[in-house]
Formats: sequence, structure tokens, C-alpha cells
Amino acid sequence: MNAYVGTPTSRVDGRAKVTGTAKYAGEFTADGLVHGFVVEATIPRGRIVRLDTSEALKVAGVLDVLTHANRPSLADKDEAWKDEVAPEGSPFRPLYDDLIRFNGQPIALVVAEEWETAKFAATLVLVDYEQDGFATDLEAERGSASEMDKPHRPRGDAKGALAAAALRHEADYLIPTEHHNPMELYATTTVWESDGKLTVYDKTQGVQNVHKFLCAVFDKKPDDLRVISPFVGGAFGSGLRPQYQVVLATLAALALKRSVRVVLTRRQMYGLGHRPMTIEHVALGARPDGTLDAVTHEAVAVTSRYEDFSRNDTGWAEQLYKSPNSHFSHKLVDLDVSTPCDMRAPGAASGVCALECAMDELAVALKLDPIELRLKCYSDRDQSEDLPYTSKQLRECYARGAEAFGWARRTPAPRSMRDGKELVGWGMATGVWEALQMPVAVRIVLTSNGHAEVSCAASDIGTGTYTIVAQVAADALGLPIENISVRLADSALPQAPVEGGSWMAASSAHAVLGAAEDIRQELARLAKAMPDSPLAHLDAANVALVDGMIGRNGAAVSIADVMRHSNIERIEKEKLNQFAEDKSHARNTHSAVFAEVKVDEQLGVIRVTRVVSAVAAGRILNTKTARSQILGGVVWGIGMALHEETAMDHRFGRIMNANIAEYHIPVNADIHDIDVIFVDEPDDRINRLGIKGLGEIGIVGVPAAIANAVYHATGKRIRRFPITLDKLLD
Amino acid sequence: MNNFQYSRASDVADAIRLLAADPGAKLIAGGTNLIDLMKENVERPSRLIDISRLPLRDIEETADGGLRIGALVPNSDLAYHPLIEQRYPLLASAILAGASAQLRNMASVGGNLMQRTRCPYFYDTTTPCNKRSPGMGCSALDGLNRNHAILGTSESCIATSPSDMGVALAALGALVHIAGRTGDRTIALTDFHRLPGDKPHIDTNLGSGEIITAVELPPQGFARNYSYLKIRDRLSYAFALVSVAAALELEGNAVSEARLALGGVAHKPWRSLEAEAALRGQAATPDHFGRAADLLLQGATARSHNGFKIELARRAIMRTLMQATSATPQSQSHKKIA
Ligand SMILES: Cc1cc2nc3c(=O)[nH]c(=O)nc-3n(C[C@H](O)[C@H](O)[C@H](O)COP(=O)(O)OP(=O)(O)OC[C@H]3O[C@@H](n4cnc5c(N)ncnc54)[C@H](O)[C@@H]3O)c2cc1C
Ligand code: SF4
Repeated sequence: MNAYVGTPTSRVDGRAKVTGTAKYAGEFTADGLVHGFVVEATIPRGRIVRLDTSEALKVAGVLDVLTHANRPSLADKDEAWKDEVAPEGSPFRPLYDDLIRFNGQPIALVVAEEWETAKFAATLVLVDYEQDGFATDLEAERGSASEMDKPHRPRGDAKGALAAAALRHEADYLIPTEHHNPMELYATTTVWESDGKLTVYDKTQGVQNVHKFLCAVFDKKPDDLRVISPFVGGAFGSGLRPQYQVVLATLAALALKRSVRVVLTRRQMYGLGHRPMTIEHVALGARPDGTLDAVTHEAVAVTSRYEDFSRNDTGWAEQLYKSPNSHFSHKLVDLDVSTPCDMRAPGAASGVCALECAMDELAVALKLDPIELRLKCYSDRDQSEDLPYTSKQLRECYARGAEAFGWARRTPAPRSMRDGKELVGWGMATGVWEALQMPVAVRIVLTSNGHAEVSCAASDIGTGTYTIVAQVAADALGLPIENISVRLADSALPQAPVEGGSWMAASSAHAVLGAAEDIRQELARLAKAMPDSPLAHLDAANVALVDGMIGRNGAAVSIADVMRHSNIERIEKEKLNQFAEDKSHARNTHSAVFAEVKVDEQLGVIRVTRVVSAVAAGRILNTKTARSQILGGVVWGIGMALHEETAMDHRFGRIMNANIAEYHIPVNADIHDIDVIFVDEPDDRINRLGIKGLGEIGIVGVPAAIANAVYHATGKRIRRFPITLDKLLD
Repeated sequence: MNNFQYSRASDVADAIRLLAADPGAKLIAGGTNLIDLMKENVERPSRLIDISRLPLRDIEETADGGLRIGALVPNSDLAYHPLIEQRYPLLASAILAGASAQLRNMASVGGNLMQRTRCPYFYDTTTPCNKRSPGMGCSALDGLNRNHAILGTSESCIATSPSDMGVALAALGALVHIAGRTGDRTIALTDFHRLPGDKPHIDTNLGSGEIITAVELPPQGFARNYSYLKIRDRLSYAFALVSVAAALELEGNAVSEARLALGGVAHKPWRSLEAEAALRGQAATPDHFGRAADLLLQGATARSHNGFKIELARRAIMRTLMQATSATPQSQSHKKIA
């Protein structure tokens, strides 16, 4: 029964959020709470030779200044610092030693009774460095790139086929460094409980990841600390790994035996992870009819000197476009920056952007409509493993998107459409992401008053996990959604991985189904055992939970009656849902994105006046929260195309626009019509509910669709993002 | 942020007294610029003298038919004041092109004129900057200077003045009323801001111990043929790459009076009497606009990343003059360029 699944159910936590009762990590408090303020390194590489805290310590209200020299002990093995999603390498350890690895690295924590006091005293900490030579410029260091493991097996002879191809398009596309800039600043409140245990309120995408990490770093037993993160004000991947403020707050709490809060400043947030700058080199070889002979894609990406962060930028052509020959490589350049991290649609947002701009360039060279080219190359199989898809309604996305957009009215020549002083451009691109699922456990406690509490350690990073868990539980238990309460993001709750990769909707929903099924069975057993049970002759496997009753075809009893008769106050079931590994099919979500830009011909000012995003992502659990996800992705894609860029001065190895006045993201004026279409995509193979998840797919393809529209409008092909107006002027 | 004393001035004379008594003191009005700079440790005043409650919030007509605007009139009140909307719409438009509604609600007229450059090196105490620390050098000369000045620069500093309001005031020929220990004085807005020269740490000709009390607008408001066009990296809430204030008096198709000022290109709102003179008496045609643009941009020089501004400014000037001529001023709410 689906009273809720598939409907536009409003967020169950919406009211708490808009009325301010939803508490975030930096809002929890405790008796005697004190405040830590971070002192950052101001050079990118070197060694601290003197760190003088005496003046800071003299300030009234300052309790301590923690540095590498006086801190309590921290684990000394890399293994302890490796969280669930750590890349290869030696993770950064705050206040561990005197080495400076990136500009903005925390080097001291001033702890004071008041936050302002700590902040002021932080300016009095004196540091002398011995500076080493450093490098932060990817383009300058491109030559030192080293190859990572091949993301995909090469097929055929791509190089040869490319050389022999009738038509070849080859270019570099440059995606700059970008920062996540979630609205909520990174914050941790570590509460020193009366028994010496710690309750850590942290902004994170994975409380159990942080829990395990802290236990290892501080050599604690699992029971000694608990990590809670009920609400997250945006994270977008920046909270997948434990961030350094959680270490600092906990370190200070242990040092002072007091509750400590550490909130980073906006500038300090730029010392965390980021979308690495990449040079994406794409080469396509085609026959005159538009079929592909060869695809090669090489990404050269930034990483830090201490960890090898890499993602799948390049392999997406294997899923999208048929080609007998292909070759992909991912190279890293070690620079004196903090380790990059996942950021919405990591890899795909950058790599597919390049691929889809390249496809557009190829379509122009072939004088083919961009959709026609994509249909000619359409791949019904994932070529890397030669597998069919569980479902792939991408053709339908092209068709529905094109129709809603009015694509048929497009005149192909660049600069051929205009509206007064503005050139009009229509561009399109394909989006693709994975449909992942992970083991998640859920506990349901059903009480005789007809209420159920559903709990799980998963986070809701603003995507709507609270709501979809409640929807699925309400349907599975046959209860009104008001009777479901959901508890999430407490490390003491049943197992969940970090929330990311768009896997949480499918993973948590099926765990809910599993636990609800156990409850149903228990209720069926109890109901059948009732004297004169109307269910006596029914097969327990065939009775359902509907409208607070259990039964079948009119033969039913109320759940409350069953529990009362059985003298049971509560039924508790916990279920770990493991997805059976199915290696026989590829699992992906897809989209077709259409964008209209209007560019002032004289001044180069760009407006994105329309976007249509047609998405195939399996079954949509909640059309309202799902639409919001896609809208957010499209807005971000507009930012990626036109605005976002972390500006580094390579002479100082320092980010110069570390604030959201100068680091531009779109504002309301930049956003016009956005039309989201969910294409029907029944999928009974991927999982029971046919869910794929859609946190990431919304952004993929959007920057390319806009860049392609800008080309169509102006005849100028901009391959260095963001596309700012100066690039259109000459 | 450092610790500071706080005093609330009881009247203008009190503010001047307090300023004189403490050389490290700073006036604070809306606080939207000063507090930011204090948070970054760029400004470290020993004392804040709060002038926000002084009675400098009136907009009054002057004897000659102009307007006198108190230094503490909030930017939004000024932009939406009926006399400004009717008689000086260029000023209203320029104000609305700046910042955000929330900031404009707090920002004052005096504070807006005194706001400091947005040069990123100026804001970051770890990088050399002559404006912040004289003699240290200018990081922007060979650094990230995409949004730096192309006119009136020096080898010491290539920062721009970020004010939008100031550009319209310059075009309108506004006067700045100043009070100080030795009495009151008035200077033209175009003389209020300085060029950086070899003393880029001094933004304006306001003396230490002086306070802006009002800005005065002459009677001529150019309410029919005007436009303020701001070109920026996103469609709202960003500082100007280039902005243009244009105001014309037309007789038929002939220009009888012209005002033209640029923002985002220099250490001060940029006006050229020569450029305006070249328009006077001429037909309002692209040819003459181009000539005026050339004169206004005379001497423009680019550094590594801001060369595009010269051509952008030229095109923006042409466009703004067209908008003014056809009485279709740029709307600040609809972002399509008229
Ligand atoms: C994110 C952001 C975006 C912005 N975007 C824009 C924009 O696009 N365009 C634009 O024009 N502006 C913009 N601004 C700047 C804004 O307009 C100024 O911060 C504001 O006008 C300053 O006014 P205030 O009253 O708050 O000044 P305060 O911060 O109070 O003071 C600023 C300075 O003026 C001095 N001062 C104040 N009043 C007087 C007086 N009467 N006499 C002498 N000195 C005085 C103070 O001592 C101080 O040095 C932006 C600001 C921010 C934070
Ligand atoms: S341009 Fe001026 S403000 Fe910027 S760094 Fe140079 S001296 Fe400082």
C-alpha cells in the first residue's frame, strides 16, 4: 500500500527547521561550555620554528592554548587517522607536529570562556616559520602528473583509431577549484559528561564514521564517546570525512576536562576539502555518419602531498557512448594544498562536463543535431564491463526534455537566434551518475498506541532522509505518517555508512522495509493466536498492515487490539539490509539537461533564462523533496558554469577569495525558470522498490548544457570554467 | 578582532571631540564595512564612536532648489525617498544596484562614501598591501588584479573604490559637507576621494578628526535622460567590474548638458570634464558617444588580468548613453540589460 511513497510529502522536519527548534552542532550547549578558536598557518609549506602563546595566555578569560607542543596524546599510526572514506595516504592530523602542509592549516587552538576572547587572543599568538619551496599551480605543474590506477580497462586501440578517424575533436577543458560553501559552518560541541564520557555534537555526514575515527585517534573505547548530528546545514560531500574541528574540540575537552565548542570561520572552511582543479583532456574520433571510433579521456587533477584523492572523472563515456576503442586515465599532481574531497557528483560533475562539451563540439563539426549525435552513439550496455543496465530511460529523457524545452524550434547555426540586443543560445548535455546502495540497519519500535519509532545512524544532510524514512515506514506499517517518529544520526543507533553518493534513499528505505516485515510477521503470529482470530485461517505470509489493521480482504484486527490481547507494550525489530551483489547489471541514473542562455551581444552579460532537466532515476519516493534535489543541482550547475572559482595566488599559495562575497555562487537574480521532469523508469531488478537515488544527478550535465548554449548563442567556445563575461568580449 | 572602547556621540560636536581625544578612534555608522574589516583585523580601532543616533537623517530641500541629505540617511531610505525617485532617479538607481537589501538598510550615506576598497590583498593581513601597511608593497600589481583599476593608478596601488552611490553622486555634481574642529567646510564629491599616488593608505581628503554631516545635490537632477548600468560577475550582489552613470539634458536630439561617471575602474568615481564637454552641443549619436568614451578612458592602462575592463567600459559607456538618450534607463530589478 502506498499512501505516502511516491507522493509530494512535505518534510517531516520542515517545521522544526523554519522555526529554529532544529538544533545544529554549534548550537548545543552544556554547563561550563568554553570556546575554542583556531589559529591557522599563513604559509603553504614549511615548519614552525617558534610558536609563542604567552601574550595570548595573558588575556583574561583565556584558559589554554593548545599546540603541537603541549597537546594531549594523539594516535601516531596512519591507520588510526583513516576514516571510512579516507583516500590512500597519510591523513592530516591537526596539531600533531610542527610541519605546515597547506595554507590555512590549524596550528593552535585558543580556548577561552567566551568565543570573542578566544578570537581576540588568537591574534596574539606569534608564529615564526621556516618556509620551504612550494607549488600550488596545477597548470604549471602539469608535467609532474603521475598516473593512478586505470579507472577503466582500455578497450581496443584508442590511439590508433583516433589517428585514423575521419573526424577528430580533441581539447582541454579546465574546471577550477571549487569549495562547497555550505551555509552552516563546520562546528563541534564536545560535551564532557559527568562520568567523564564524551558526547560529541558534530556537523558530519556520518556519525559512526566520526565515532570510529575519534575512538581510534584518542584511543577510546566505543562506549566512551557518542557522536550526534541531528541536522546538517548542507555539506555536499565536505562532511564525508571527519573535519579537523571535531578533533580539536575533543582534544580540548580532554585537555581541560570541560565541554568545548569549536566553530570554524568562513575563511577557515576554505582550508577543508574542495573539488580539485582538473584539466580534462577529451579526444573523440568519429566517422562521418556520427558513430564513434575512439574515445579517450584523461583527467589531471590536484591532490595534496599527503593523500592521493582521486575520483572517477573519465569513465562516463563507457556508459553513455558506444565506441569500439576507448582509453581513460586519471593523473594526479601533488601540490601544497589540503586534500581535495568529494563534492556533489564528484568526478562526474567535472568529467561529464568536459565530455559533454566535447560531444557538442563534435556535433558541430559533423553538422549533426547534438541530440541526434547522442542517439547515434547511444549505448545500451555499460561497455567497461559489457553489462546491460537494470534500467536506462535516457532516450526518454532526451525526448521528454526536448519536447518540454521546444528543442525542435532550435536553429543550429551559432548566433542564429536572438531577442533584441541579446543573442539566444540553446544547448543540451547528458547527465549520468551511479545508483549505489550500501548496507544499512534500521530499528523499528512499534508501541501499542499505534506509534512507531524508526531509528538509524544515517544522517539527513538536508536531502530529506527523515521524510522518506517516515514515508516508507508509514506505508510498510500501515500507519499515518504522523504516527511515525524518526531518529537519525546518533552513533548509538543501528549501523549506517556516511550519507553520500546518492545511496542513502535506496539503502535506508530497504532497511525500513526489512524491519517492518519482521514486525508484520510478529504481529501476524500474535494475531493468529488471538482467540476467535479472524486471521486464524489466513496464511501469515499473506496478511498485510493497512490503516492500523492487520489482515486480508476484510478479515482484520487492529494492531492495537493484537498488542493489547497479547499483553505486549512494544515490538522492537532491527534489521540490517544487505543488498545481494548483482554483478550482471550496471546501475545508473541519467538525465538530459537543456539550457537557454541570453547573452548581451555587446557586453557579454549572460543570463540562464530556462533550464529543463529530465531525469531517469528509478522510482521517485517523494516528488517534492526529489524535485528540490534536482533544482538545487541545477542551481549549482549554473554556478559551476558561470560563477564558481576558488582564486589562489600562487605566489603565496593562498586562497584570496575565501568568503562568500567574493567567491561567487548564483543569487536569485541568476535563476529563472527551471523545469524538472521525472521520466518513468520502472526497475524491478535494482531493488524491491525500484529506487536509484538522486542527490548527485541534478548537477551533472548542467554546466556543459550552459557552456554549449553559450557557444550556440555567441559562436565562442569557452573551455575554461567559469564562463565569465570577459571571456566573451573580444 | 581587537578589544576597543565604545562611546556614543551625543551630537556632532561631541563626535569631533571624541575623535580628537583618541587618534585610534573610528566613527561607526551602519557598521557594514567597518565591522567586517575589524573582524579581519584590517581595522583595529582603539575606540568606536557610535554616530548612528545623531540627528543626521533628514532629507531637506535647499534654498536653491537642491537637496541636502543627512550623512546618516540609510541607503534604502534614500533610494526610495519620493524626492530622490522623482528628481534624482539616477541616484536611486545607483544605490539599488549596490549590495543587498539588508545591507542597504544598514548602510549610511557617509559610510558608503567612506567604505574601503574590496581588493582581496587589502583584506588579508598576511599579504603585502601598501594601503593597509604603507611601504610593504602592492600584491595586486602582479597578482589577482582582474577587478582592479585601469585609470588613475599608481605603482603603489591599483585598488578601486567600490561605491555605486558615489558614482551617481559624482555625475550629479554633489557636494560633501564636513564638520571638524576648525569649523565646517564643503568639497565637491569629485574632490572627496583621492587617487592613490604614493599614499594609497589615504582614501579621501577627509581630515583626521572630521566627520561628514551631509551630501548636497544641486538642483539639476537629470530625471528624464539618465541611466546607471552596472556590469558584474553575477546578476546581483556583486561589486562592479565596470559601472556607468550617465545623465543628459536633451534638446531634440542635441545634448545640451552631459554627465558621465565610471565606477569600478579607479580609486574614485571617474569623471572627465573633457568627455562631457565633447558631448555638449552634439547630436546624441553613437559616434559622439564613442568619442566621449575615448576621452573618458584616455590613459587607461591594464595590468595582467584587467585589460578586458577597458573595452568593457567603452561598450558600457556607449550603452548607458543610449539608454539615457532613449529614456529607457537600466532597471535594477529586471536584470536584462536595456
Ligand atoms: C557583502 C557586501 C556587498 C556589498 N556590495 C556593495 C555594492 O555592490 N556596491 C556598493 O556601493 N557597496 C557595497 N557594499 C558596501 C556597503 O555599501 C558599505 O558597507 C556601506 O555603504 C557602508 O556604510 P556604513 O554606514 O555601514 O559604514 P560603516 O561600516 O559604519 O563605516 C564605514 C567607514 O565610514 C566611516 N564613516 C561612517 N560614517 C561617517 C561619517 N558620517 N563621517 C565620516 N566617516 C564616516 C567609518 O568610520 C568607517 O571608516 C557591500 C558590502 C558588503 C558587506
Ligand atoms: S591594490 Fe592597493 S589595496 Fe590592493 S594590494 Fe595593492 S596597495 Fe593594497
